[in-house]
Amino acid sequence: MRRKLFYHLMKIFLTALLGTVIAAVLVRLAPGFDSDAQQLDPRLSHESVEALRLRRAVNGNIMKFCIYYLAASARGEFGKSLTFNRDVRELIAERLPVTVRIVISGLAVGWFFTVMVALSAAALRFGVYDAIAGIVAGALLCIPTAALGLFFMMWRAPASVAIALVVFPHTFRYARELLVSKYETPHVMTARAKGLGPLRVLVFHVLPVCAVPLVAVAGASVTIALGAAVPVEVLCGIPGIGQLAWQAALARDLSLLVTLTMLVTILTVGANSAADLLNSSQPRATA
Amino acid sequence: MKIIKAAAVYCVLLFTIWSTATTSELRFCLRSEPKTFNPLLVDDDASDTVRYLTGGVLVRINRQTQSLEPELAISWKISKDGRTIAFTLRDKVFFSDGSPFGAEDVAYTVERMMDPELHSPTGDSFRSAPGKTTVRVIDRTHVAITFPAMVAALDRLFDQVAIISVRSANKDKAVLGAYYVADYRVGAYVMLKRNPNYWKRDIAGRQLPYIDTLWLEIQANRDIEALRFKRGEIHLINSVDAEYYDRLTPATSGLHDAGPSLDSEQMWFNQVPGAPLPAYKLEWFKSQKFRRAISEAINRDDLVRVVFGAHAQPAIGPVSPANKIWFNTKLQPIRYDSTNALRMLSHDGFRKQNGMLLDRDGHAVEFSIVTNAGNKYRERMAAMIQQDLARVGIKVNVVTLDFPSLIERMTQSFNYEAVLLGLTNVEADPNSQMNVWLSSGDNHQWNPRQKSPATAWEAEIDQLMRTQASATTFKERKAAWDRIQEIASEQVPFIYLVNKNALSAVSPSISGASPVAFRPQSFWNIEHWAFRDSGRNGGK
Amino acid sequence: MRTLRYVAMVILVVVAAVSIGAPLILSASYETQFRDAPNSRPSHEHWLGTDALGRDRFSRVLHGTRISLLLAPMAASIATAFAAFIGGVGGYLGKGWERVATTTIDLVLSLPWIFLLITARALLPLNASPTITIGTTFFLLGALGWAASARVVCAHAVDLRNNDFVLQARALGVPEWRIAIRHVVPNIQPILVAQFWISVPIFILAEANLGILGLGVPEPMPSWGSLLRELEDLALVPGELWKLAALGLLVLVVSSFQLLMPRSEVRTR
Repeated sequence: MRRKLFYHLMKIFLTALLGTVIAAVLVRLAPGFDSDAQQLDPRLSHESVEALRLRRAVNGNIMKFCIYYLAASARGEFGKSLTFNRDVRELIAERLPVTVRIVISGLAVGWFFTVMVALSAAALRFGVYDAIAGIVAGALLCIPTAALGLFFMMWRAPASVAIALVVFPHTFRYARELLVSKYETPHVMTARAKGLGPLRVLVFHVLPVCAVPLVAVAGASVTIALGAAVPVEVLCGIPGIGQLAWQAALARDLSLLVTLTMLVTILTVGANSAADLLNSSQPRATA
Repeated sequence: MKIIKAAAVYCVLLFTIWSTATTSELRFCLRSEPKTFNPLLVDDDASDTVRYLTGGVLVRINRQTQSLEPELAISWKISKDGRTIAFTLRDKVFFSDGSPFGAEDVAYTVERMMDPELHSPTGDSFRSAPGKTTVRVIDRTHVAITFPAMVAALDRLFDQVAIISVRSANKDKAVLGAYYVADYRVGAYVMLKRNPNYWKRDIAGRQLPYIDTLWLEIQANRDIEALRFKRGEIHLINSVDAEYYDRLTPATSGLHDAGPSLDSEQMWFNQVPGAPLPAYKLEWFKSQKFRRAISEAINRDDLVRVVFGAHAQPAIGPVSPANKIWFNTKLQPIRYDSTNALRMLSHDGFRKQNGMLLDRDGHAVEFSIVTNAGNKYRERMAAMIQQDLARVGIKVNVVTLDFPSLIERMTQSFNYEAVLLGLTNVEADPNSQMNVWLSSGDNHQWNPRQKSPATAWEAEIDQLMRTQASATTFKERKAAWDRIQEIASEQVPFIYLVNKNALSAVSPSISGASPVAFRPQSFWNIEHWAFRDSGRNGGK
Repeated sequence: MRTLRYVAMVILVVVAAVSIGAPLILSASYETQFRDAPNSRPSHEHWLGTDALGRDRFSRVLHGTRISLLLAPMAASIATAFAAFIGGVGGYLGKGWERVATTTIDLVLSLPWIFLLITARALLPLNASPTITIGTTFFLLGALGWAASARVVCAHAVDLRNNDFVLQARALGVPEWRIAIRHVVPNIQPILVAQFWISVPIFILAEANLGILGLGVPEPMPSWGSLLRELEDLALVPGELWKLAALGLLVLVVSSFQLLMPRSEVRTR
């Protein structure tokens, strides 16, 4: 277990490192990196316009930036945001709890609906109910997250419900397929033939074999929820890291974007590693 | 003893309820995060809003009458050579933190503003020539500032200069305006509270402002902003989009259309000699007849009606008709006439064949119009221009790009054919557009940073801009600027499309509001606003 | 259930036929601007009203259907193929391969690929045809949007690797490649099909969101994504339900395909 934990920690560290470098390259090579909207202010003198360009050009050499950034981040310094004119660390520290709150509540509600609806669809085996659940999940996939967030603002509902409705269709389909397939495995059919009650079959024979893949999907759903947080926060004016990421992307704010990528990578890999560790702590047959 | 204690608690409770009940709060939205609270570095709308509400200025342009009025300066005098301005300051005025205001604060502000290392946009407005600016503190209420060269409309420029305290340790909190920044939560709101030391009083001698607290909530989404106004959650939308104005009108009162604003939407063609375009396209764009023909082939009335719901006016030139002082009334509106457009093009060797326009060498006339993605109005205008030009056989490709990519193409790689963008004019004075009209200017969009003027008409404009900057009388300046407008109308370096109307929404529960066309449109006199049920007399 | 499947099939055939035959059915082109009637209500001339520029919405919905029905499944196929290869192979082979696969997936999920899309758009000529522009966008969406599906496929492949019938096949000496083709792939297929149909509306919506950055379908071409952006107007004027037509059609098509999808079953030999 200790070895597995060490392996996962190294994985998080190396993936974050690689992600940081790749993100820096992507941002640097994107057009508009050297541009600043302020340049279009007709009041600015030529010297001021040049000063704006130089300010941007400081991070122009991507290798130098990466080396400097990684060395500084080891000391806990993540540079200054050009957009907000503040320390990146301060900005993220202020906004991260907001996003964590809505993502966690969104995931909790989303998974609650997923488990309830998928379980009932699999257990009841009632075609029409199954079809309706599938149609509703499919319909939710088709509504733009921005529109969902807007409707929730209209109805004064919490933004985390919008995130839940984004997570639900992704997880429901897979959970439903998984549960239905497990209900038809020989050992479950044997248990049912022997007269075991539906609840006992579900709890002791179906859910344990579904745990591994479901936990893996739970890890993937964290990424989906984080992705949904961006349009929801931007639209609803929630000061989380999703909104921060959007503003940083529009302004090509290199230090902020690279730090946010590092954070998202750590969260994504961390969530999936936690899922893997949880699974590996369960006994299972191996090939 | 117990009764006394209970009575004391009861009194405190009553006082708390009473003081909360009598505290008035006004809410509206900022569309983006303020980038700075340093008034000398303000360059975005949100920061400018905070500066206007908190900054004390020496003089103020009355947004309604356009006349210059005394504020912290009770009088001022400009020298004959236009280089020196001497102010007599108001006495017994204090910053919000209690420190006294005086000539030293003006000197400190101006010295900071004109520091070349600071690159203050406000300071750059004063920079008519290289050299040092000197400030002389005569006494506590008299100060004189001398610039290296004449500055046109020198006194009016001080409307944008918020005075900073030289003494205070926390300069953001020490202000002379009606409000000060009491709280700021990144991404959420800026809370302003009334300045307890504000010098202005109403006719009855009551200290202004009437409204105690302003909540500036950061909300980028205009749908939500409009929804919240409709619900009464916010009291004001300073600049309402045309689409929302019509959607809000049936059910909502408090909407104002103050007529054309100073802003314009325009397009221009790339005339940069080294631009990465085919040579034959560059020849088209450099042709005055081509540009004029395109201008006449665009139906501006339709743009106004369809895109802006008639809340705009067809543009005539670089100056909006709202700018009554500087607008050249002799300019004729641009008629929509595709027949005449084709005739003009034929003079340049273009001909229509099988529904397509061809140049003299047989190239099909096709070009792209680039505009910034996410701006619904520009995307729609571009789509309408595409249709209009299709009628004369020109194929237009509409390309929307994110703003940084667009700026990069416009200012560095020059890899574009035509651009559709808007111009936001904060100042009415033509001197503010020096960098647009001078051929060596960075914002001379169609061909910036020229070493020498590429055409005779650009050379003439250069000369005229310098004339208006150095002229000592308004008559001379107006004559020069009128001539520039005529040249712009003949040569069409910019194809001016529309001047948007200044639309705003103010809750009917507020008295004293009188929205105008000049920024900040609605809250220009916010210190006189009051809630109707507060019993205070709002308005001047 | 069978009736529902027949209904779904009929719906798909009708939608496909109408969108392909749109130029023959419609009197108004999707780009003609009826400038005297912008934002008009449904009428005899305009069955779903007109949009902000007076363009017939019914025509734009049908043309948008052609574009989105062609390109979004193409992007979803690319994404599903990548997911099947990376997630399936990594999950089935296990050990180091599984680690490489999951690390790659996590990295791809975390990176800001939006900048690659912006760079790709910048590299295209300004006068590139709308087909090339939108085709490039959807291709890149597919090439970059496989990671979430790959995670799911990988987990399922891991699960299958340890399944009884696979263990039995190995014990009988069946070669790994044969086990993969005859036993694993058929059981991953339902997951891949499910992921494919989940991806279709996701890519349609992604195209709409990319429109904000100038990477969507260029004017005057319509797409479901650009039509869905009209939903944001409903917050202010809730009564204009005809604007839900694009959403309704998208839900109808996606649901119909989901009803026609084979039900999951375990195959053992």
